[in-house]
Amino acid sequence: MKDTNKLAMALFIVSEAFFFILLILAFLYFQAAAVADDANSANTLEPKKTAIYTALLLSSSISIWLAGRGNNDESRKKFCVWLMVTMLLGAAFLFGQAREYARLLSHNVTISRNLFGTTFFTLTGFHGLHVFAGLTMLAIIFGLALAGDFPNRQSTAVETVSLYWHFVDAVWIVIFATVYLRIL
Amino acid sequence: MSDISVSVETAEPFPASDEQAGLLGWVASVDHKKIGILYLLNALVFFGVGGIEALLMRVQLAWPHSAFLSPGAYNQIFTMHGTTMIFLVVVPMLLGLATYLVPLMIGASDMAFPRLNALSFWLLIFGALLLYFSFVAGGAPDAGWFSYAPLSEKPYATSSGLDYWALGLLAIGAGTVASGINLIVTILALRAPGLTIRRLPLFVWMVLVNSFLIILALPALNASLVMLLVDRELNGHFFTASAGGSPILWQHYFWSFGHPEVYIMVLPAFGIISEVIPVFSRKPIFGYAFVATSTVAIALLSFGVWAHHMFTVGLGHTWDIAFGAASMLIAVPTGVKIFNWIATMWGGAIRFSVAMMFASAFLVLFTIGGLSGVTFAIVPIDWQVTDTYYVVAHMHYVLFGGTAFATFAGVYYWFPKLSGRMLSETWGQAHFWLTFIGFNLTFLVQHVLGIVGMPRRVFTYPDLPGWGVMNMISTLGAFILAASVLVFLWNVWRSLKSGEIAGDNPWNAWTLEWATTSPPPVYNFTQVPPVRSRRPLWDLAHPDKPDWAA
Repeated sequence: MKDTNKLAMALFIVSEAFFFILLILAFLYFQAAAVADDANSANTLEPKKTAIYTALLLSSSISIWLAGRGNNDESRKKFCVWLMVTMLLGAAFLFGQAREYARLLSHNVTISRNLFGTTFFTLTGFHGLHVFAGLTMLAIIFGLALAGDFPNRQSTAVETVSLYWHFVDAVWIVIFATVYLRIL
Repeated sequence: MSDISVSVETAEPFPASDEQAGLLGWVASVDHKKIGILYLLNALVFFGVGGIEALLMRVQLAWPHSAFLSPGAYNQIFTMHGTTMIFLVVVPMLLGLATYLVPLMIGASDMAFPRLNALSFWLLIFGALLLYFSFVAGGAPDAGWFSYAPLSEKPYATSSGLDYWALGLLAIGAGTVASGINLIVTILALRAPGLTIRRLPLFVWMVLVNSFLIILALPALNASLVMLLVDRELNGHFFTASAGGSPILWQHYFWSFGHPEVYIMVLPAFGIISEVIPVFSRKPIFGYAFVATSTVAIALLSFGVWAHHMFTVGLGHTWDIAFGAASMLIAVPTGVKIFNWIATMWGGAIRFSVAMMFASAFLVLFTIGGLSGVTFAIVPIDWQVTDTYYVVAHMHYVLFGGTAFATFAGVYYWFPKLSGRMLSETWGQAHFWLTFIGFNLTFLVQHVLGIVGMPRRVFTYPDLPGWGVMNMISTLGAFILAASVLVFLWNVWRSLKSGEIAGDNPWNAWTLEWATTSPPPVYNFTQVPPVRSRRPLWDLAHPDKPDWAA
């Protein structure tokens, strides 16, 4: 019998991927049509700083993968530890985003300033919201694991949440590449 | 040999169960059968509401220069009529039938995610309440069901109606995506042994393809709605040209949803027809593979024709030609199905039950709607008739003449299974003829009105020759339609109370939902028949000439 949970999450990810593609396309469309002088990606964002927080988020994908490995009771502690690491890294990413938002807002780069502001905050804002939802799911799994659930690390719930977490990472890679590094 | 009961059992009108009794049992249920019925009841209620909105519009338009409704009120009413019919009637009624029937037709005991199923329904109710709350919160949305920018933006849309519209649709959209995911996983993972994909009942196949459409198209709506809310509430600039935004972007994004959406509203209807016509022609469907493959073709092509809603926007000849050609192409797989259904009836022992009458009328009316649709693919014709009553006529022929008629066929066909009782054929015939006559009176003349230039979404019109007469005919038709709905409600009410007991398989049909009692027990089946072909019940009843030995 197929794993219905993972199939459902995969379908949900396909759906959300389309949602993000449309927000990214809007960003790119207005970037191409922008007036050069006003606030834009090149003159307001700091890719190097953001790269650090990006590295933290990508590491969280590795840590959740490490949490998922192992199949016996001995690694329950390892499982909980790596889950906690994942959550901390995810939270650190959100903290970095918050700092970046604060800096931009203090320079009067707001969602209503111009189309860069509108598209940037909408896109990264919805990504951040998805990270937050992922953290919530991780916290639930963590709580259940502490309470003694998940004897089998390949549990469908853990794998399903991991799938979502990797998706959230992948979306950020695309956002970082197109918004911060301007590869397109 | 399996042991299928063929005796008529005394069944209660609604599924008996060991769940909670009474109203709480319905509200708290995660049983797909109860949720399916709730979807259908919701669709019925909002069909009435949307119908009243339509009647108000038709009264206002019955003669020129009428002052029955103010322009502002009229705008709210046509917006709510469209939004209601699409999001609160058509999609829920199709999802309701799918939710009820798919697990039964694949021999499963419920959907893959019963609680998610319930959540989808209650998100629909929540979204509907949000949407209708706008009437008492400063005014309903009034920019049309597709809310073009900049009319939908803050300087032009002063009430918060559009915010309620966006939020309500976001809630409903989330529930719909969840239903799509639930149906795909159910169909892929929970089929009875022997029920391969190529043996799927066509209704289930259409629902499967449709669910993929749902999960890919609704994100486009969600993205559009959040962008609109950012513009309206946070002073964003996505769609406001003065700040460098693009109203055309709204159209591109909205129609990227909106075009697949119309196929979302018709594919399950095709599925219903593909079940009803074979049973009442006593023949298997002609060309199962063609019907199934053409459905996939429609789904794929549906993502490539959205800009045919934008021929008058000034996209340029390249866009116009490309999308015009693609739009002509998409008519082909639909036409293939019409031929398959006709060929199924050809040479069959046709029985014109009310379900079959609605299905046959579907073939005619949907074809008319499809033909008028294809005329829009010829770009210069579109330039002439876009935003006129020709469009209104087209959409109602495909959505009412098509989907609604197919849904009525499905209701008359499956009502015995859902309730244990037959609908009255006599009252059903009255319902059918009133609907057929009322529908055609209302909408046939609108083709002419559109061609002579009457725009849509206007609260009144000048006293030009023939305009008043044609509008009056349309209004009379609308009231006949209203009467037909009352007849239908009477039929349902009276049949639930005292209709003939149905038994397991009153129509001698062949798919798995007929292999259990009417209504089914909570767990659906005591025993699922062996599945070795597309018609397991035929095989069971004809061991000397089963389908799989052909």
